[in-house]
Amino acid sequence: MNAWCLTLRLLRQDWRSGELYLLSAALVLTVAAITAVGFFTDRVEATLERQGSALIAADLALESSRPLDVRFADAAQARGLRTARTLEFRSVVMGERPQLVLMKAVDPDYPLRGRLRIGEALDAPDRPVESGPPAGEVWVESRLLRLLDLRIGDSLGVGESRLRIGAILTDEPDQGRSFFNIAPRVLMNRADLDATGLIGPASRVTHRLLIAGAATAIDAYRDWAGSRLAANVTLTDALEARPEFGSAVERASRFLHLATLVTLLVAGAAIALASQRLVERQTDAVAVMRCLGAPRHLLMRVLIGRLVLFGLGASLIGCLLGWLGQAGLLAALADWLGTDLPPASPAPVLVGLATGLITLLGFAVPPLIQLARVPPLRAIRRDLGTPRVSAALALGAAGLALALLILWQAQDLELGLKLLGGVLATLLALIGVVLLLVRLAGRLAGRARGVWRLGLAALTRRPGAAVLQIAGFGIGILALLLLAVVRVDLLESWRETVPEGAPNYFLINIQPHEVEPLRTFLNEAGIATPELHPMISGRLTRIGEHAVEPSDYDNPRAERLASREFNLSYGTEPQPDNRIVAGRWWSQGAEAAPQFSVESGIAETLGIALGDELTFWVSGHEVSGPVTSLREVRWDSFNVNFFVVASPALLRNEAATFITSFHLPAEREAVIAELARRFPSVTTLDVEAILGQVRQVIDRGVLAVEYVFLFTLGAGLLVMYAGIQASLEQRRSEHGILRTLGAGRRTLLSSLAVEFTAAGLLAGLLASVFAEATGWLLAEQIFELEFGFNPGLWAVGVLGSGLAIGLAGTLATYPLLIHPPLRALRGGNS
Amino acid sequence: MSDQAASAVSQAIGLGKHVTGPAGGLTILAGLNLEIYAGEAVAILGASGSGKSTLLGLLAGLDDPTDGEVWLCGRRVDRLDEDGRAELRAGQVGFVFQNFQLLPTLTARENVLLPLELTGTPDAARRADEALNRVGLSARAGHYPRQLSGGEQQRVAIARAYAPRPAVLFADEPTGNLDQTTGEHIIDLLLDLRQETGTGAALVLVTHDPRLAERCDRRLRMHDGRLEPLA
Ligand SMILES: Nc1ncnc2c1ncn2[C@@H]1O[C@H](COP(=O)(O)OP(=O)(O)OP(=O)(O)O)[C@@H](O)[C@H]1O
Ligand SMILES: [Mg+2]
Repeated sequence: MNAWCLTLRLLRQDWRSGELYLLSAALVLTVAAITAVGFFTDRVEATLERQGSALIAADLALESSRPLDVRFADAAQARGLRTARTLEFRSVVMGERPQLVLMKAVDPDYPLRGRLRIGEALDAPDRPVESGPPAGEVWVESRLLRLLDLRIGDSLGVGESRLRIGAILTDEPDQGRSFFNIAPRVLMNRADLDATGLIGPASRVTHRLLIAGAATAIDAYRDWAGSRLAANVTLTDALEARPEFGSAVERASRFLHLATLVTLLVAGAAIALASQRLVERQTDAVAVMRCLGAPRHLLMRVLIGRLVLFGLGASLIGCLLGWLGQAGLLAALADWLGTDLPPASPAPVLVGLATGLITLLGFAVPPLIQLARVPPLRAIRRDLGTPRVSAALALGAAGLALALLILWQAQDLELGLKLLGGVLATLLALIGVVLLLVRLAGRLAGRARGVWRLGLAALTRRPGAAVLQIAGFGIGILALLLLAVVRVDLLESWRETVPEGAPNYFLINIQPHEVEPLRTFLNEAGIATPELHPMISGRLTRIGEHAVEPSDYDNPRAERLASREFNLSYGTEPQPDNRIVAGRWWSQGAEAAPQFSVESGIAETLGIALGDELTFWVSGHEVSGPVTSLREVRWDSFNVNFFVVASPALLRNEAATFITSFHLPAEREAVIAELARRFPSVTTLDVEAILGQVRQVIDRGVLAVEYVFLFTLGAGLLVMYAGIQASLEQRRSEHGILRTLGAGRRTLLSSLAVEFTAAGLLAGLLASVFAEATGWLLAEQIFELEFGFNPGLWAVGVLGSGLAIGLAGTLATYPLLIHPPLRALRGGNS
Repeated sequence: MSDQAASAVSQAIGLGKHVTGPAGGLTILAGLNLEIYAGEAVAILGASGSGKSTLLGLLAGLDDPTDGEVWLCGRRVDRLDEDGRAELRAGQVGFVFQNFQLLPTLTARENVLLPLELTGTPDAARRADEALNRVGLSARAGHYPRQLSGGEQQRVAIARAYAPRPAVLFADEPTGNLDQTTGEHIIDLLLDLRQETGTGAALVLVTHDPRLAERCDRRLRMHDGRLEPLA
């Protein structure tokens, strides 16, 4: 007969008999998790990028000190991108007295990303608006009104024009870009600019062309423009404009991918357990079919065809659930994600289907191949047992499937390989240790009596099954503990990268003679004495013997860095949030020989290696020294940090200004006004807004990750259920026999409790060890976060798992004990 | 091919089975000869562990002999590969087992249908219904094995074995799990159906019960790895 026909019929019958429920639950869950995360991550990443975009009010910004060539704007519009131009300059406005302000003239479309906020009166709450001021109107910072005793509706002299003060400007998305000013900010319409006569050929103006639109068009434009930039034009995108933001976004996306991977692994274990059980239940059937003359190739086709059909079906359901899941998540995060996101792409569905099939085939095909080899003789000789799956084949196929999926999901070869290595090592160690422990339990069983013996012996009678079961429990608990570790430790320490007291003010342009008075001033104001770092600008001229020319670099970022002045600093100790990743920091303090320490990211971009001799052009002469260390910098800590730090010997004698950062609670803002009065040349930067943005990314990121972990939780519970189910079959007939031999219910119940509790304790112990190790590795290697060991976890892990599995297992098997033994012996299902 | 082999449905010549286990070697069968002709019913008796099931497995091509030849419907089974044997089994051999061996996920009717579908029999459904009807279980066609008594399950198994009209039917202690009355009823069915199938199938019946064996055409006793005729 037709193999397909038989396949379909068997599949239908298997389904009706309920044998596939567990496997399908595991599969549906895996696919749902992958699909949901796929849909969701796409959108979260888009949102995060868009939030980054808000920081420059666009997706891309071109910036120059001269008017920008119109072809840049034309090319953008030709690609269907939106554009807006801004001009920023210092100017003096006239109220009752003249006042220096920072003027920004903007197109009506400004801002392209993010929102302006304005208030109607000094104390009125502010509201977001969609575009900049209309012609004839200016929006001003409240400070200006106070300084000039003006009110809304008054007019302000701007060059040769008088413009009406239309609103109080409370928030500009891209304000962070221009914080080097303490002058009050004024926003005007670009249409009014000519009439003011403020801009002449010699004026110092920053011209910007803001561009926003679909991601693909933006990428294309970036490539197009990147190669056509004049020397005085820079091109910025959001994430690199604010490294602290970029690094939070990157972590968020890593967390999401990690959560998906963990779900995948755990669900994989459930699938492995479930398919093993399926094989056990079908051995007899296959032997009989072979007796009836079904050829092996037909059986193989039927078995695998059935698996694939079933896999496709379950995966489709999983995709649907995944889509629903992400819809729920989007609804939960609607206030953050907004509703104007592009619709989710269908790609995650394909990814989900492929993942489902790969997982299923990888874990279930080896047992099936063995199944097709069941000797027909087994139909008359039951003692031939279940066919043994070759360990090499099973591990090979599962390993291959895992490797494929991990490398694919991690989307980063190095991270993928690291994860893969970790996972395989963990699995092998898990199986090895379980084998050992099972042996040990066997020894104990030999000495034990009564129910103890019965219970412990049950664990050791079928070592293979017990190892699988305990490994399954272990993986389930591991997933749960990892959730705890990640939630409590990793996510918390992620939040703490921007702690409550993170610096929200930067002071720059501090002259050397102001250092001591400023320190005293801050001290008296009750601000913990911050460290003041010297800052010297220098242009990188040579790396080793090689002269640095911006045109040497293909990478536009490297090109820009090479053409830019670096802010150099010197010191005796590395900043506390820096981590030396190569070489060593100088140990002789102020006496150290001339040398440099370079941030590892920029070193990679510019091709600087440990030991290279760097030469900088600093105030008219060359300064050079070797690179003796590379540092990783946590940009999202909001501390003062430098790409390049020198030993004091190199730069001590150069003219420097100083920079510092500190935290000032909102209610004490008066200190800043006083500071501005006492130290007029010092520039104050308020980074509270960016701080808030980064905090928001982290908070929402944490929420999203926790949501994804719900799937992991489901998978963890499922794998434990699968572990209990796995033993249910064998137990059914065993208990029938024991009961006919006169074993009382209480004896059997106690032996069950002993067995499951022992399995739970063993699994919990293993899971705790691996959860701690994994947490530590993740923190150190992948997220660069602090990790604290957690004794509470061990207690909960070991005792909790013993209790939970002991209870769940006993309860699950209890029905076997209330049914009459005859039914158990006859293999009844109900 | 010898003439004898051609006329016998199933034949063993100098059959030997030797197994080596961890506890050393064991000779189960040695120099066993047997011929079974179309239409006859042969009972095989013998002590437990004497090798009856082993012989049956070898005759049906479920296992490989260590010595000798096994012929089935004119073909030498021990020279065929696994797929060749499967094909032979699918068309020519029926089985009835001590523990019934119905597929638990299939209904009674689907169990009977299975071998017919495996051989691609055109009027499979009709023949399955006929067979079920003949064993008196038409009313239970939609029931699963676990909803049937042991005797009923064995009747389904017999329907399944005869439905494809095999040349030879092997039954290994088909009544071993049943009470005496039910057992006799099963043997009746086995013997009657043999004639009704039209092809005159041979029946090889392994049993411990001398009274059931009495009803067969020939009785053989397994002893010392060989078969000897019983009066
Ligand atoms: N593969 C094998 N390995 C080891 N011993 C075997 C093997 N197959 C059969 N035996 C042994 O050969 C002997 C005959 O077994 P067989 O099952 O044929 O006996 P039997 O006559 O059917 O017994 P019963 O009436 O109890 O069913 C037994 O002692 C059995 O243990
Ligand atoms: Mg036997």
